[in-house]
This record gives sequence, structure tokens and C-alpha cells, in this order.
Amino acid sequence: MWSFSNIADIIHEWLNKTFNATLATLFEMVIAGVCVIGLFAVLGLILVIMERKVAAWIQIRLGPNRVGPKGMMQSMADTLKLLVKEAMTPDGADKFLFNLAPYIAMMVAMLLMAPIAFASNFMMWNLNIGVLYVSAISSVSVISILMAGWASNNKYSLLGAMRSGAQIVSYELSAGLAILSIVVLSGTLNLNEIVLSQADGWWIFKGHIPVIISFIIFIIAVTAETNRAPFDLAEAESELTAGFHTEYSGMKFALFFLAEYVNVFIVCAIGATLFLGGWMPFHIGHWEGFNHIMDFIPSSLWFFGKTFFLIFLIMWFRWTFPRLRIDQLLNLEWKYLLPIGMFNLLLVTAIAILGWYF
Amino acid sequence: MVEELGTNTEGDLIINVGPQHPATHGVLHLVITLNGETIKKVEPHLGYIHRSIEKMCESLTYRQYIYVTSRMDYLSSHINNHACALIVEKGMQIEVPPRAQVIRVLMDELTRIASHELWWGSMAMDLGAFTPFFHAFREREAINEIMEETCGARLTMNYMVPGGVLDDLHPDFQRKVKEFISLYKRKISEYDEIVTGNIIFQNRMKGVGVISAADAISFGCSGPALRGSGVSCDIRKIYPYEIYDKIEFDEVLETAGDSFARYMVRIREMNQSIRIIEQLIDNIPEGDFQAKTKAVLKLPKGEFYQRVETARGEFGIFIVSEGGTNPYRIKFRSPGFSNLSALDHMARGSKIGDLVAMMGTLDLVIPDIDR
Repeated sequence: MWSFSNIADIIHEWLNKTFNATLATLFEMVIAGVCVIGLFAVLGLILVIMERKVAAWIQIRLGPNRVGPKGMMQSMADTLKLLVKEAMTPDGADKFLFNLAPYIAMMVAMLLMAPIAFASNFMMWNLNIGVLYVSAISSVSVISILMAGWASNNKYSLLGAMRSGAQIVSYELSAGLAILSIVVLSGTLNLNEIVLSQADGWWIFKGHIPVIISFIIFIIAVTAETNRAPFDLAEAESELTAGFHTEYSGMKFALFFLAEYVNVFIVCAIGATLFLGGWMPFHIGHWEGFNHIMDFIPSSLWFFGKTFFLIFLIMWFRWTFPRLRIDQLLNLEWKYLLPIGMFNLLLVTAIAILGWYF
Repeated sequence: MVEELGTNTEGDLIINVGPQHPATHGVLHLVITLNGETIKKVEPHLGYIHRSIEKMCESLTYRQYIYVTSRMDYLSSHINNHACALIVEKGMQIEVPPRAQVIRVLMDELTRIASHELWWGSMAMDLGAFTPFFHAFREREAINEIMEETCGARLTMNYMVPGGVLDDLHPDFQRKVKEFISLYKRKISEYDEIVTGNIIFQNRMKGVGVISAADAISFGCSGPALRGSGVSCDIRKIYPYEIYDKIEFDEVLETAGDSFARYMVRIREMNQSIRIIEQLIDNIPEGDFQAKTKAVLKLPKGEFYQRVETARGEFGIFIVSEGGTNPYRIKFRSPGFSNLSALDHMARGSKIGDLVAMMGTLDLVIPDIDR
């Protein structure tokens, strides 16, 4: 059957037949890199147009509808505009850090794509500590925001960056605990193996209420981690104009913008992998017939369907909720989410040890 | 410059909010002194859109100066015009026909609803929720269409003139207003669902920007900003003008004095306005829409004051007349100016995000503050 892993195998075999092993590995790396950059750009474009269409739908508007069919080329046009726009560096800014920050933001988003299983046995890097890698790398994104805020020499940017620093560092704990509960249940840190452990049902169905609580905590925490409303304090536009990227223009701004959207995609992909079975089709226990029918839907479709469902959820939050205040934001994390998450992890561990999951 | 005022110490962060800033909804300039995220002082700087309207009015006749007042508080231009017409009628003892009186009150209340709706949307936007803005504009658009048909304008109406109103109602007026009332009643529950009942919203509003009744009075607050602190100050009740003394409606009062109280006052006021419109819409008397007035209006020598209740509070006009065709001196008492002066008192010790919420609940219209 046609699948991404087959294509990858064919390419791998052909490269190894044609070139020697070292050269083949090098070519594979280049191909993977090009794929990541391509995916980065395509995802950015798709998510921007999706956000605008979802927002329009919620806000009783039409959204972009002039460029291309149903306005679908709008984000292409916007990108083109941003590309030709002058990327200014303000006077008094720390030029090196100011120009470096957007690339770090982009780099982090790209690195995070490596261990994600996009389809059945198809991932860029089959990493045995995938979950740890994702948690570790995603923490780096705060550095780019702090860098941008500090180097801009703008008080709004600085405030935005400081808020963002406090926010990301705090919410990472909750996100980590929520992720940990699935690691405890599945007994592996490899994202592909976590998917395989859900062959007889996704964790959100198998793991009783504690996993559902984990899932809710995870969604809240990653919404905060990616600086999305209602936790968009770092770029609170009515308070801090645009927060840490106030001074950025042109493609440097676009890189931040794209990185934000790709980060949303990545956290949703991780959420889908951990809780909703990743590329695993919808299986119910040992109903062989039913499971077999579900297998006919390609695994990549399952993965992207679940991911985009979660992305839609996060977009829905953004266009519905007002923004929290900084002290309320930190209260929510340290007084509610973190203690609940810790207690919940104990429950999950008990379930895992006693084997009470289905 | 701020250092001269003696409140700045080492380590304070001074930020200019405005004159161009998304939260100020106009060219208001606030210099805020921060300690981290906490506000130590807010200092409004005015004058960016000062058009010297008071001075202009001195060279305009009593028919002409109405058109300038529409440009002050552009969200309640009907009510500003109303005050201008009333003061001339008071000075010249012009009897306004009953039809014109009812039309004026209807227009005032529609304006109040439109203004509160825009405020509701923009305040939600200040708090980071974009969607309510579009919901609010959907209902406001219905009012704008009604206004457009009768007055020929959507923002600066210039419809009320000394002696009555400029022109008769459009034949569709009653039907359209009834349609609007039914639309409004269907949609108002959405307002509660999407904003009022939201837990994040309530946490952002409750206990924030508290101002006591005594402080609010001493700052000269009026309108919802004062009624949110529990002080009865509705000009329509205390100094009734036109036919407000014959209409049944309640003065909305909240006692908490915080942002949420001011918010609820406005929301409940919209319902009271609907109540007034419902009483009047089927009872518009027949007759003239304008009294017969002299071609040239001259106020007798003396001093005149007229106050009305706009959507933002007490709007007053003070005219010193020398008996000529134009005022010798004119002074407008705008609600926004006094309400803004209370902002510093409210904001001290709260966070930047709260400052935006407080400004939202004060419902500042900058051209009204800066004339």
C-alpha cells in the first residue's frame, strides 16, 4: 500500500545503490532538511490562512476572499509583501542579538519537527528519547523571545519579553507533567513507540479520567507556551502594542510569525501523538473487523486530521476568550495547574502500576 | 520632566502609552510610571486633537454651532445636538411640539444604545477578545441604518435644531425600530454568554479600578462611571428635560465601584433604553416636527446652562450671551474629561493590563475630552 514510509524506503534503497554509504547518508540529511524547510513554509502559509478563515467564521465575517480561489492565496501574497519589505534595525538596538533572535525562533521550530511521527513509521529522526528532546528544545524558544525583547531597546518589547519569560518557564512544568503521565503509561520516550502503544485504543480513552485531566492541562499549558490567546501576554496588542516583536518588520517579523504558527502545529502534533494516538487509526480493543476498516484510511491523514483538530481548538480559544492578567496567569499555573498536575501524575502512576488501563 | 514631579525614583520605568496606541482609541497620551508591571502613576497629556471648538462657537450663530458639537463626542452626537437645541429653546422660550419631543427622546435612546454597543465591543477588545467587537457592530449597524434613513448621516447627525428636529421621520422608522428591538432582544443573551459570564472576564473586572463614591464625586465623574459607585446622578431623573419625567424607566445603580460595576451599569442601561423606546415607538403624536421660529435666533442677555445625560455622563453647555446672534462665551462640560481625571486614582497599584480595562470602562472618547 502507498504510504510515506514506502516512499522513504525506496529513496533510501536507491541512494544506497547509487552512491556509497557516507554520501547516501549525506543526501538523506539534505533531503530531510529540505523537507523540514518546505514543511515549515507550507505549514506557516496554511495555518495563517486557516487562522484567518476560522476567525472570520467565528466573527461573522468572510475573511480574505480576493486573492486566489476563496482567498486561499492571501497568505502567499502576504509573504511576498513581507519578503520585499525593508527589514529595519532600530537605532540603539543591539544589532547582533536583534538580528539573531528571529533565526533562533525559527531554528527551534524546525528542530522540533525532527522526532515527530508524521505517518506510520515515518519520522525524520527515530529518536529513543523523543519526548525529552521535544521538552528540552521547546524551552530554548524563550531565549529568542527574551533576546528580541532585550535587544530591541524598546520598553514595550522588554515588558513583553519579561512576561513571556515568566510565562513559558512556568507553563513548561505543567506541560512536562502532562507529557510525563503518558510516558508513565506507555513506558517509552520514543514518540513512534508511544503511538504503537495505542494500537488497541488511544490513551485518552484507555487511561480513564486522569489522562483526560492530563490532556486538559496539556492543552492549557501549550496554549500558554506558544503565547496564544488567552495567554498572549507577551504580545498583548492592546497593552504592549505587539510586545517583543514591536520593532521587527519585514521578513524578520515574518520569521517570528511563522515560528509561532509552526510551534502551534508542533505542540498540537505532540498532543495528538500522546493523547489521540498520532498516526494510529481509531481502534477499539479487539474488534478486528472495525479496526481493519479504519486501517484503510492512510495513517498520515489520521495524524494531520487529529493535529488540525487540536489546532482548531486552540484557534477557537483565541477568538473566544479575553486575555488574562500576568498575576492571574501565574496564579493559574502555580496554584492550580501544577498541584493538580502533580497529583494527577500520582494517579496515573498508580493506574500504570496496577494495570488498570484497558 | 516627570522627575520634577518628585514621584520618580531610581529604577522606575516610564512608558508613553500613546498618542498612537491601540488601547487609547484615539490620540490620548498617557505617561505611566511603572515599577515592574505595577503602575505607580498615570499622567494623561491632552491637546493632540484640540480644535478649539469653544472658540469657534463664539463666531457661529445659534443655528450653526450645533454642527460643531457633533464633532465632539461623535458617538452621541444626537445628545450633544439635543443640549444645544435645549439651551436655545430655554433662552428664547420656544415651545417644542410634542412630536418633536418624542422624536428627540427616541433618537437619544437609540444613540445611547449604539454608543454602549460600540463601547462594549471595544472594551472587550481592550481585554484581548476580538470577537465581541464584530457582534456589537452587527447590532449597531441596524441603528446606524435607522439614523441614516431619517437624518441622512450615520455619525454626525446634526438632526436636532432649535425648535424641534430638522426633518420628519422616515416612513419606515417605526417598523425598522421595532425590528431592531426584536433583534436586540434576541442577541443580548449572546453578550452575556460571550463576555459577561466569562470567568476570565469577570476576574479581570471584579475588584479592579475601585473608586469610592466620595472620590468619584470629588473627581467630578458622571454617568456610568459615577453610577457604578452607587451615586444617583442620572440627569434624566434629577433634572428631567424634554419628556423624560413622563416616561417610566429606572436609573441603573451598582454599588461596588469597580470595573465590573461600571460594566454592568452600561449593560443594564441598554435594557432601560430599550424600555423607553418601546413605550414611545407606538405613541409618536401627530403634528409638527418643528416649532415656528424666527429666522435669526438671538439669546437674551444673560447666562444659560443646560445639562443632558449622554452615554458617557453629564454633558453641559454654559453660554454667556450679550444678546447677539452668537454666544459671547461658550463652555462645554464634557463627561469624558472629568472621568479621565479619575484614572490616575483608580490605576495606582494595579497592573498594566488593568489600566487598559479601566480605560475601557470609563468609555473615553478622545475628541470629547480634547475639544
